[in-house]
Amino acid sequence: MTLRQFMNEAISPWMRKDGPDSDIVLSSRIRLARNFANIPYPIAADPKDLEEIRSFFQEKYEGQTYGVYKDLAFVSIRDLSAIEKRVLVEKHLISPLLAKQSEVAAVLISENEQVSLMINEEDHIRLQLYFPGFQITEALQQAFEFDDWLEEKINYAFDEKRGYLTSCPTNVGTGMRASVMMHLPALVLTKQINRMIPAINQLGLVVRGIYGEGSEAQGNIFQISNQITLGKSEEDIVADLQSVVKQLIEQERYARQRIMEQSKDQLEDRIFRSYGVLAYARILESKEAATCLSNVRLGIDVGLLKNVSRNILNELMILTQPGFLQHYAKKTLAASERDQLRASLIRQRLQLEE
Amino acid sequence: MQCQECHKRPATLHFTQVIQGQKMEVHVCNVCAKEKGYMNYSEDGYSLHHLLSGLFNFDTSSLSNPHTESYHQTKDLQCPKCEMTFSQFKQVGKFGCAICYETFNDRLDSIFRRVHAGNVKHNGKIPKRQGGDLHKKKQLEDLKLHLKKLIENEEFEEAAKVRDQIKALNQEDGQAEAGDQS
Repeated sequence: MTLRQFMNEAISPWMRKDGPDSDIVLSSRIRLARNFANIPYPIAADPKDLEEIRSFFQEKYEGQTYGVYKDLAFVSIRDLSAIEKRVLVEKHLISPLLAKQSEVAAVLISENEQVSLMINEEDHIRLQLYFPGFQITEALQQAFEFDDWLEEKINYAFDEKRGYLTSCPTNVGTGMRASVMMHLPALVLTKQINRMIPAINQLGLVVRGIYGEGSEAQGNIFQISNQITLGKSEEDIVADLQSVVKQLIEQERYARQRIMEQSKDQLEDRIFRSYGVLAYARILESKEAATCLSNVRLGIDVGLLKNVSRNILNELMILTQPGFLQHYAKKTLAASERDQLRASLIRQRLQLEE
Repeated sequence: MQCQECHKRPATLHFTQVIQGQKMEVHVCNVCAKEKGYMNYSEDGYSLHHLLSGLFNFDTSSLSNPHTESYHQTKDLQCPKCEMTFSQFKQVGKFGCAICYETFNDRLDSIFRRVHAGNVKHNGKIPKRQGGDLHKKKQLEDLKLHLKKLIENEEFEEAAKVRDQIKALNQEDGQAEAGDQS
């Protein structure tokens, strides 16, 4: 496999398009949790029931098309190797939990990989819909339509008072988690982020690292999402998230501008050092790679680094995750081997730019 | 720093373990962390659920004063559909099925209030097909709320329009009912 082919496989088609504010917002996502009314949830269900759900989705939805979400591919988790599962997790197409529920879990993925429907995760159904850049309202609207399409054939667990009934009390009501992935290097550099996160938390929003719950913010990428799912409408939740994200975008832009005015030389130095590491290092740990990639991307965004494509951060952040590296090598690799392969892939990728 | 288990590889994981009140610093490499079981719960992440189940526990113990009574109560409440008991629910922090919500209904408000900033009632989407009459009911509720706001703001012209809309919706209802009777 050539690097280019491999990259094409690694980057979801929807990610190639530029969205609004994509210098700061990498992607927007809506996740809806839904359950069948008459079947216990995966933690309490008879495996036979879950198997039935699995085959229901295979029969009714495999190969189906809804709007631009064409040709849904049905993938049973039990048919995947450990590395393949990891790759799907790193592409954010399935959750780590789904990868673990091997026997009864499955996922439906649209051709453009914009929609993924996880089956028998914590809930029977987890619908995820992505948009590039800052397009959270668009994502919500599309997710609602997709949800209506599913509901034509499924009786959801829904209650007038409590809304969509989910396995975890933290999801009840709308069953919705709206999240936005943001690259905030200047706010980190100026340490403003430390004082902004508590303020954001107070508004009922959560700030996390790139791989969700409990993960740290690698490469200055933060995920902002709603905490509350009960008592507010989906539109209101999204509007609240939107206003916070808008402010963060403004603050980040302002911080970038100020750094450029006040310490351009230092910034330039930092960016080119990072570029040098990526272009020449022989061993790269994921954390160092993420930091350097973030700096390079910042360099592109502020115009200090030319002739490198902007997508490089999104691409290489995913491409250099352990699962992808092993997928590329077609075998399991020890941490040190991964660090070498990571360095080599990044070097090659940068050469493609020249 | 070297891994304290194998003394060969560099330690990449550093954390503090508390076992029965004893604090211990742990420095291990990736390989040993996996082998020795330090990473057991790392994939799920030490998630919200752990915190939540603690929250639920606290919640009920503070609610029910007499010891014996609370014991019996938690023992008695069991979901007829999935057989989950309330104490199991508190422990795992997850419902077993949709019927659990009915079974444990009386105890849920206080939990939801904590988790969802004081809210106990859904105010969002209603399923398009299943929703049936609920859509109209919601529409009416929304209009009434809107009307109230308009009147407060003294926008009477607009308010009259909304009032007529409400009337029309209510009339539709009446006709439907009359139709049923005949």
